[in-house]
Amino acid sequence: MGKITIDPITRIEGHLKIDAVVEDGEVKEARSSGTLFRGFELILRGRDPRDASQLTQRICGVCPQTHATASVLCLDSAFGISDKITDNGRIMRNLLLGANYIQSHLLHFYHLAALDYVDVTKVAAYEGNNPALKSIKRFISRGALGPFAPRYEGDYRLSDEVDQAATAHYVQALEIRRKAHEMLALFGGKMPHNCATVAGGVTEHPTVDKMTSFLWRLNEIREFIDDVYIPDVVAVAEAYPDYFEIGAGCGNLLAYGVFDLDGTETDYLKRKRLLRSGTVSTDLKLGQVDAFKIAEYVKHSLYEDSSTGRYPGDGETAPQPEKDGAYSWLKAPRYDGKVYEVGPLARMAVNYVAGDSAVQGLVNPVLSHFDAPPSALFSVLGRHAARALECKYVADSMADWVLQLKPQEPVYTDYTMPEEAAGMGLVCGPRGALGHWIRIQDGKIANYQCVVPTTWNASPRDDHGQPGPIEQALVGTSIRDEDNPFEIVRIVRSFDPCLACAVHIITPKGQELGQFRIS
Amino acid sequence: MVKSKTEELPVLWLQGGGCSGCSISLLNSVSPTPRNILVDEIIPGKHLNVRFHPTVMAAAGHAAVAELERTREEAKGAYVLVVEGSVPTAAAGVYAMIGEEQGEEISMHTWVKSLSSDAWAVIAVGTCATFGGIPAGSPNPTGSVGVQEVLSAERIDTPLINVPGCPPHPDWFVGTVAGLLLHGLPKEGDLDEYLRPKAFYGQLIHENCPRRAHFDEGKFAEKLSDPHCLYELGCKGPVTHADCPTRLWNNGVSWCVGSGAPCIGCVEPTFPDVVAPIYEKITDEALPNIGAE
Repeated sequence: MGKITIDPITRIEGHLKIDAVVEDGEVKEARSSGTLFRGFELILRGRDPRDASQLTQRICGVCPQTHATASVLCLDSAFGISDKITDNGRIMRNLLLGANYIQSHLLHFYHLAALDYVDVTKVAAYEGNNPALKSIKRFISRGALGPFAPRYEGDYRLSDEVDQAATAHYVQALEIRRKAHEMLALFGGKMPHNCATVAGGVTEHPTVDKMTSFLWRLNEIREFIDDVYIPDVVAVAEAYPDYFEIGAGCGNLLAYGVFDLDGTETDYLKRKRLLRSGTVSTDLKLGQVDAFKIAEYVKHSLYEDSSTGRYPGDGETAPQPEKDGAYSWLKAPRYDGKVYEVGPLARMAVNYVAGDSAVQGLVNPVLSHFDAPPSALFSVLGRHAARALECKYVADSMADWVLQLKPQEPVYTDYTMPEEAAGMGLVCGPRGALGHWIRIQDGKIANYQCVVPTTWNASPRDDHGQPGPIEQALVGTSIRDEDNPFEIVRIVRSFDPCLACAVHIITPKGQELGQFRIS
Repeated sequence: MVKSKTEELPVLWLQGGGCSGCSISLLNSVSPTPRNILVDEIIPGKHLNVRFHPTVMAAAGHAAVAELERTREEAKGAYVLVVEGSVPTAAAGVYAMIGEEQGEEISMHTWVKSLSSDAWAVIAVGTCATFGGIPAGSPNPTGSVGVQEVLSAERIDTPLINVPGCPPHPDWFVGTVAGLLLHGLPKEGDLDEYLRPKAFYGQLIHENCPRRAHFDEGKFAEKLSDPHCLYELGCKGPVTHADCPTRLWNNGVSWCVGSGAPCIGCVEPTFPDVVAPIYEKITDEALPNIGAE
């Protein structure tokens, strides 16, 4: 029996370490540990509640807008104005978050995940006239290949032509994702980290010139999604079809919903949203989400057991660094006591089984192309496909929304901040379900809790010993070459982990991982 | 391999207590593009050889960490260390760990100390790496500090340039690197008292703000989204040094005050504690000369 340790897992957001116990070429047990802790929730205490939307954005530089959105929804609810946001404010927030979705999904596929499948060095033999590929060819000939080498070797399967085309798209996607941030900055001021998203709405006014500029950046991106991104995901899937059978995970999916189509319902989970709230398991039946069934467990986390099983609104952070049997500072969020995966796959699956004909119309052709049943979506490639199709669905919807903005109409609703209040903001970011909870006392933040997507996906075992989704996705995987464990990094990256977001995580130096002693 | 006539400048980019936002901001660079920065000769005859960058690099695990050691040995005194994110120092640096050697995890604090000693220059990018930033916000649970504090505590005299901002504008970083390649290490007077290049941080936001006329005329916004000066709603432009109003962000489409929101002072050592509350008017103590009744 051997142990594979990959520390750090690169090309994700943040600091992640994976330990896998391998026996007879198969993963028997896996543990994921984050290695960074900043203590945002502790830093937020005692501050002006309105500052939360600025500070929590800084949890993550890839998805600041998700935290900004969860935070302002949370503050709106605490301030009693969640049903009073103007249509302009609601739509602008959707456009800001949608632009963040696009840039995050493109960045993930091309710049974080693709190098596991695409062999950039094939460009050395390129003979055409694409300026980017010619420049990469010169780069390769100079011999200093960082940051594209070293890398894992031995399983690059694309043809030379597809490899070269995908490399050109890697470069093109850098500019396309930049334009997604320019869209966000048009209405948000700047990115990453915008100032315009505030409790009560937004601060920026839509004007026809900005709307047009936004629309035409969006249209260029939509062409790229249709003609490049989705075909590239299909090309990778055709070359690596076994990855439809790898990395299934826990088989339970959870979404809070995202992109409010109506702002009058105060219960965010009941709001009419483009991507709705719900749960789906392998039986492909739709379930409703009840926020009060969310609880965080800590038996295998470095927190006092007395704080286990709490609803996040009553959450507590009581560290116990020397706790026996604990191996992560990540708590284990569970829904109704069960393990759930969050992310684009969850959202697309929820809308699919809820009968959204637009989503079915996107997913079904891909399934029939690969002659695959819907259950094949529970896989590495299923996650990539769901992400790409969702990117299209969101981008196409945004083209309608931007024209619904009404110049001259208000974007912001003023309010009086309460001295005592509680609030909850539930939404989905590119990486999955995100919840913010606030308790305000004496006009200050008394408690602020974030339960973030990667805390769900990279969670450790819970009080009942159930491993988290990524841990479950790794177990049972055959590793062809333990020195080049492609399978592990491809599975982990398919979840698009964001460790900066998983704010509770840490592994203390020298910590022995319990059962991980190597025999 | 063909022997290259291009001068390769090795770059090691560490990420500590941060959010990767500085790296993402650099990807928003318009001219040069990220391709120009990573692949091309960013200055004729000179190429940035980015050997370690956690968000971009192909390698993972031991092979990635080995690039840090290899560069230190092969390019001693000739590489640039870029630090993004704070350096947590509490509990022996346990709050930020990057890789391991012989089964022992290595802290960000240890890496910054050892890699900065052997670097030609260190660039601290972002407010976390320069001044501690939000991770160092009260009560600073991780003992986070900026690179400057680490270097002075360890008496490391490698030249340091601070490029703060949450995140920094890509031009500020690219311009700083181009300065190193074209003119070498900063000269006397190039940097301000906080080691920021004066070229980018030399003036107050307030001096160049397009809403300045409203301030001078006493027309102040009463609520967010109003068109007038945001001073009464907490704008920190009068105490913040950066060229945002003239440079503009994201290919020049806008900036914070341009979107109707107050400047939050993100490039300053006073971020996030002294500039808080964000939406409250700065006190006269913070601003002795402007805004007195």
